[in-house]
Amino acid sequence: MAVFSPGFRGRRRTTNPALPPGQYEEQGFPVLSAGITPRIREDDWRFTLTTTAGESRQWSWDEMMALGPEPISTDIHCVTSWSKFGTSWRGVSVDRFLDAAGADAPFVMAGCYGGYTTNLPMADVRGGKAWIAFEYDGEPLPPEHGGPARLLVPHLYFWKSAKWVNSLTLMEHDRAGFWESLGYHMHGDPWREERYRSA
Amino acid sequence: MSARVTGMRRETATARTLVLEAPELGDTVAGQHVDIRLTAEDGYTAQRSYSLASPSGARPVEVTVERFEDGEVSPYLVEDVAVGDPLELRGPIGGWFVWRQEQAEPVQLIAGGSGIVPLMAMVRTHAAALSTAPFRLLYGVQDPDRRYYRDELDRRAGPALQVDVRYSRRAPAGAPVGRIGVADLSLLTVPAEQRPTVYVCGPTGFVEAIADGLLHLGHAPERIRTERFGPSG
Repeated sequence: MAVFSPGFRGRRRTTNPALPPGQYEEQGFPVLSAGITPRIREDDWRFTLTTTAGESRQWSWDEMMALGPEPISTDIHCVTSWSKFGTSWRGVSVDRFLDAAGADAPFVMAGCYGGYTTNLPMADVRGGKAWIAFEYDGEPLPPEHGGPARLLVPHLYFWKSAKWVNSLTLMEHDRAGFWESLGYHMHGDPWREERYRSA
Repeated sequence: MSARVTGMRRETATARTLVLEAPELGDTVAGQHVDIRLTAEDGYTAQRSYSLASPSGARPVEVTVERFEDGEVSPYLVEDVAVGDPLELRGPIGGWFVWRQEQAEPVQLIAGGSGIVPLMAMVRTHAAALSTAPFRLLYGVQDPDRRYYRDELDRRAGPALQVDVRYSRRAPAGAPVGRIGVADLSLLTVPAEQRPTVYVCGPTGFVEAIADGLLHLGHAPERIRTERFGPSG
């Protein structure tokens, strides 16, 4: 049963069916981070994938580029209720890293410079659904938006698209990442409004 | 869950504090926020997040809302909603940008504009708990007319809470005008050697500049907690 707000009409800037429930369209690109913005040079950047057996494989920036970047055009949805349509990125599909390592598991934990973590089901990062993105709107990804590279999983709320990503750790069982352990949803599907675990 | 507006106070020409009765709302901690959802008669909804200004555990809860000219929810909350009106609420949300009264270490709060709201919840919690943790607040605001909680902060300032205000566009006579720089931070904040937990809340550009300054002064990244709002352009 909805609570009506007397006299509220709203601006209704968007009637786009691509807008998930409870979201509004944002023209800018807000920044949300829990701490300071790490400054990582591409030369120093490394990305590590660790299997459930504890075996690791590492890529440098150039090695990542050799995996074959692709353009990505997508809508993004932040749990703080803004959505942004038609954003354009370049990145390397997470499939490429997983295939190169020959690795699989039911869940992954993304790790980052600065210590942020977020957990995802493998089904949400495999099959052309997730990228390591390093370019936004034709420019190198700025540090405050996660540069030099961030995870991009646009079909989930944007806290899953971990900024400053530097690892994926495969897991047999789901574990809570940073925000997830502080009450955010384990999955985060904007179409189901999977924002918080309680409340 | 449903809430009801039971009181309101004007803070500035563009900001208002709403007092909300929300019986189903769980325990709140200073620094947390709630989502407020508005529903028009035809079912159209819009929601935004607002930091709680009231101290941990206090009832009723309070939020202070700044009206954004191009906003959808904030103009309604600042200008239109009346005492007795219902609101739909979700929360409390957030467990990172919080101060708990068990924390004994020195604390430095740094606010930019309406970023003062969650930090005020911490100040109020600190006072209500009679905490002996050293607290210091640096509040950056455009001009004196945009200061929130002026009388209360003036009253609370003292040995338990050091308060400094810096004006970026227009200052009272005798006070400097300008953005908070590294020099200000080194003069007006708890030194890094005392290992304070630092809470920074404000617009993105403000938080980025302050955080860089703090790192420059030797604060450890893991002791700097940030909350940002507003488009980055």
